[in-house]
Amino acid sequence: MNKYSNLAKRKYVIAAAVVAIGFIFLAQLFNLQILSPQYRDYADSNAFLRRPLYPARGAIYDRKGNLLVYNRPTYDVMMVVREMKQFDTLDFCRTLDISKEYFYSLNADMRDRRKNPGYSSYTPQLFMSQLDVEEYGLLQEKLYKFPGIYIQNRTERQYNYPNMGLILGYVAEVDKNKMAADPYYVRGDYVGKSGIELSHEEDLRGEKGVEILLRDAHGRVQGHYDEGRQDKAPVSGKDLTLGIDIDLQAYGELLMHNKVGSIVIIEPKTGEILCMVSAPTYDPALLTGKTFSTNYLQLENNPYKPLINRSIAGTYPPGSTFKPAQGLLFLHEGIITPETRYSCFGGYPPLGGRPGCHSHASPLSIQYALATSCNSFFSYGLNGMLGNRTKYASTADAFDVWRDHMVNMGFGYPLGVDLPSEKRGFIPNSKFYTNVFKTDRWVAHNIISIAIGQGEVLATPLQIANLGATIANRGHYYTPHVVRERKGDALDQAFTTRHETGIGREHYELTVAGMADAVTIGTCRGINLAPLVEVCGKTGTSENPHGDDHSLFMGFAPKDDPQIAIAVVVENGRFGATNAVPIARLMMQKFFAGEIPESDKWLETSVINREILPYAYTRNLPAN
Amino acid sequence: MVYQGSREIVEKGRVDWTTVGFYLLFVILGWLNIYAASFDLENATSLFDLSGRAGMQLVWIGTSLLLAFTLLKIEVGFYETYSIAFYLTGIGLLLITLLVAQEINGSRSWLIVGPVRLQPAEFMKFSIALALARVFNSYGFRLMERKNLLLVCGIILLPVLLVIAQKETGTALVYLAFLLVLYREELPGGVLFMGIAAVIYFVLGIKFSDVQMGYFSKGEWITLILIIVFSAAMVWNYVKRRKEVFMILLMAALVFLVAYVASLFSVPLDWGITAMIAFSLVGLYLLLLFFRYRKKNYLYILLFMIGSFAFLESVEYVFYDVLQPHQQMRIKVTLGMEQDLSGAGYHVGQSKIAIGSGGLTGKGFLNGTQTKLKYVPEQDTDFIFCTIGEEHGFLGSALIIILFLAFILRLLNLAERQTTTFGRAYGYGVVSIFIFHLIVNVGMVIGIMPVIGIPLPFFSYGGSSLWGFTILLFIFLRIDKSRKRS
Repeated sequence: MNKYSNLAKRKYVIAAAVVAIGFIFLAQLFNLQILSPQYRDYADSNAFLRRPLYPARGAIYDRKGNLLVYNRPTYDVMMVVREMKQFDTLDFCRTLDISKEYFYSLNADMRDRRKNPGYSSYTPQLFMSQLDVEEYGLLQEKLYKFPGIYIQNRTERQYNYPNMGLILGYVAEVDKNKMAADPYYVRGDYVGKSGIELSHEEDLRGEKGVEILLRDAHGRVQGHYDEGRQDKAPVSGKDLTLGIDIDLQAYGELLMHNKVGSIVIIEPKTGEILCMVSAPTYDPALLTGKTFSTNYLQLENNPYKPLINRSIAGTYPPGSTFKPAQGLLFLHEGIITPETRYSCFGGYPPLGGRPGCHSHASPLSIQYALATSCNSFFSYGLNGMLGNRTKYASTADAFDVWRDHMVNMGFGYPLGVDLPSEKRGFIPNSKFYTNVFKTDRWVAHNIISIAIGQGEVLATPLQIANLGATIANRGHYYTPHVVRERKGDALDQAFTTRHETGIGREHYELTVAGMADAVTIGTCRGINLAPLVEVCGKTGTSENPHGDDHSLFMGFAPKDDPQIAIAVVVENGRFGATNAVPIARLMMQKFFAGEIPESDKWLETSVINREILPYAYTRNLPAN
Repeated sequence: MVYQGSREIVEKGRVDWTTVGFYLLFVILGWLNIYAASFDLENATSLFDLSGRAGMQLVWIGTSLLLAFTLLKIEVGFYETYSIAFYLTGIGLLLITLLVAQEINGSRSWLIVGPVRLQPAEFMKFSIALALARVFNSYGFRLMERKNLLLVCGIILLPVLLVIAQKETGTALVYLAFLLVLYREELPGGVLFMGIAAVIYFVLGIKFSDVQMGYFSKGEWITLILIIVFSAAMVWNYVKRRKEVFMILLMAALVFLVAYVASLFSVPLDWGITAMIAFSLVGLYLLLLFFRYRKKNYLYILLFMIGSFAFLESVEYVFYDVLQPHQQMRIKVTLGMEQDLSGAGYHVGQSKIAIGSGGLTGKGFLNGTQTKLKYVPEQDTDFIFCTIGEEHGFLGSALIIILFLAFILRLLNLAERQTTTFGRAYGYGVVSIFIFHLIVNVGMVIGIMPVIGIPLPFFSYGGSSLWGFTILLFIFLRIDKSRKRS
């Protein structure tokens, strides 16, 4: 019984605790309301107004210091309805050059809480946006006549060149998802949506500042809170310098006019991207200002999909440009030696002449096979590798070794370029084929076309150019990147780390010799630029399900101490030598000589005027 | 003097009109303040206009009164008989809400049926209280048996988890208030004490974590001394030997004296290490006492010391590495370590300005400027107390707090006078809920509690919460009405 009365006493413990807390509350109220006159001061006449201070978005320069992207000020007209006494509407309309009806419709929009949920007659509300400098000047002069009207500064992206819209990307008002994911953004902020503007958003945007102002009970600003000591100045965005050479880029876009495809040029020593053309492309200025939405819709509805950056998001069978990679791997694995010779009789003999080949001397060794792009040689190589039971336990094991080497050379996964939505291409592994054939007893002859870059293998133009860079470097590469310098900040380590392919330098030298022969005596004599520069190259003609073969070229120059590696893809451009080689030739002349010599002017004109628009993009469109 | 017999008959079945009076007073004051808080200077609506918040609240009040009347008419046995059914229905509703609810203001707690929007979590409160009361009332029930303890914890924690999953952390915390019911029904006071000790360690450990005192931080130093004091108090309470209490305090004092004297002779003084040495000595002393007298209480107190220290050491880790930055910020603002004028601090800062500007007598009904200008967020729901503070000043807001205290004490009295365990346990459930809401809501608004969004009972705008509190209270009044009298 004693215990129960003890428990009943707990009522007093609880009561005492509650009363104690009640007294703490009363004490705090006393403190706030009686002992702290400053709260009265803040509120009686003042209250906080937090006004964001927008930083300038970083500018973008090309590698030679040409200004590509900068900010232009625009001006928003803000209105505080409570302060608008004796307002001369007619004069106001005349100043802004708008009709009286338009004035009233803007006014109604502003007051409509469905369209403007934060409306209050005491605080500045957006009345009209994006005045240009002249309109601003006119209004500013007469501002004293219009009480309750304020002007708020904003900025808009401005472009000096009509090029590389896909790389630069565009800026637009932040959407709901982004705001939910990152509390930095609030309604009305601008944010990078694609290209560099997106991938380097945090460099470019800077850091918003804030000024804390005090307002009276009617919302009028009285001054800075705490004399501005709590304010935070905005930090401007970082300026970016690109590896891109705007002249080369513009020239590339000119050459790719009316074609679909891509040109990628990389500086092998650093991985910097000198030029990244994706055709068709668009003028970045289209996606700014008041006409943004109509232009965007038009680009989105264009059947040739100008909003896709084909250099990193287009995947193609690499065709013969893949052969140097194959040769390197066979040499490294000891499947062939520099002296190994295979015979070719217009096709791969063990499979009855498939895949087919063209006429050249036979039997032939690796160097000559690269020069003439012999299909049989590399088919023999793959068969020799996958069938080698002394070195590998099974076909699958051998194949996975093959795959690992391809991945080390930069295929099969996104390279990690500093642009959004890079595709990985495709390098199959042994499991993939086991699934396809529904058995693990497949052999090299089932998949022989991958030895010549056909079949299941897919690569992006960037990956193909990167292959050129690894060969130029004789065995290593740096992750390709467009931004070479962030002002006041080091480049991300990912772009300064050297990736080794793990294949011996002597094998690279042999491959380089083969690719040099291809230019002098082989398949791409069309790019022989001696004595200007000694070019090494490899053509590609890739079969695809979308119509004519794609025309490809992969190469680098000069042979010793290379300065550029290049990949060109022209969709449905047929033989490599037909379209890709002339384009690569002109690009190299532009790079090494700065201009096109008289003797090649006819070629330039011819290339620019060629129109190769693949039927595949338009066949499903409704006829009209 | 009226003669005894008839008086007893008249009294039997009397509703406690005092409590009903409190209830009516609160909802009417709440209604007026909602009108004031949502009053728009530009397009003023009338108190009764259904398109305004005040008009709608009037609808909620009317329906609540009907609800209250109905609840009082129902046979009292009904509540006990169907308590488990109520509980299971509530859990079911929470589950359905979790599955079908759309996100509103970041939480998935609203069930929308036609024109009606309900928050099942509000109705879960009385269901848990009923279920707990029913369990406590079962024959021969002892809380401290492991099976029973698990059952009771399960009843509380299941809805807590479901409501956390709906991202209504504030409401989930409310359910933890039922620990007070357990306390009344035999939970050892030591458990509650440890909970309070943990809160104190947390507050001290974090608040002074950035001042270093030699090897330890100032927070650790203060807490170490506090642990020694607590241990001495526990020896006093559980072993009842004054000599040993004296020994412990003396030992600690001596260590500090020695350290201080040594510091005069060029031994650098490290307060943190000194406290640690005193702490270790007290621990050793308790161990010694345990081996000498073979009394387990010494061992338990020693474990309390070690556990406290381990908790203290983990607090900083949990705070800085587990909590989200915005949660850290809310706590730091509350502890006065940061003045964050942009996030959590902005709301509380504005709320304090609004209240502080009220002064002694306030600015008068409908004359508050801070709340009208929408400086204070959620001014007619969670931050309604601001409006009272601004418009009615210290006198008005103190009066409301005193009224609430009186209301809670009245309920406590009613709960204790119940003749059945069912009635008493349910009554304590009601009391715990109101205590928790009052402390957390008002504490948040006046800036001495972190920002946790729960309403002020009867004052905050909202149908679900008003209905929930009405049901909670009037079931209790119905039970109270037919208690057996001796």
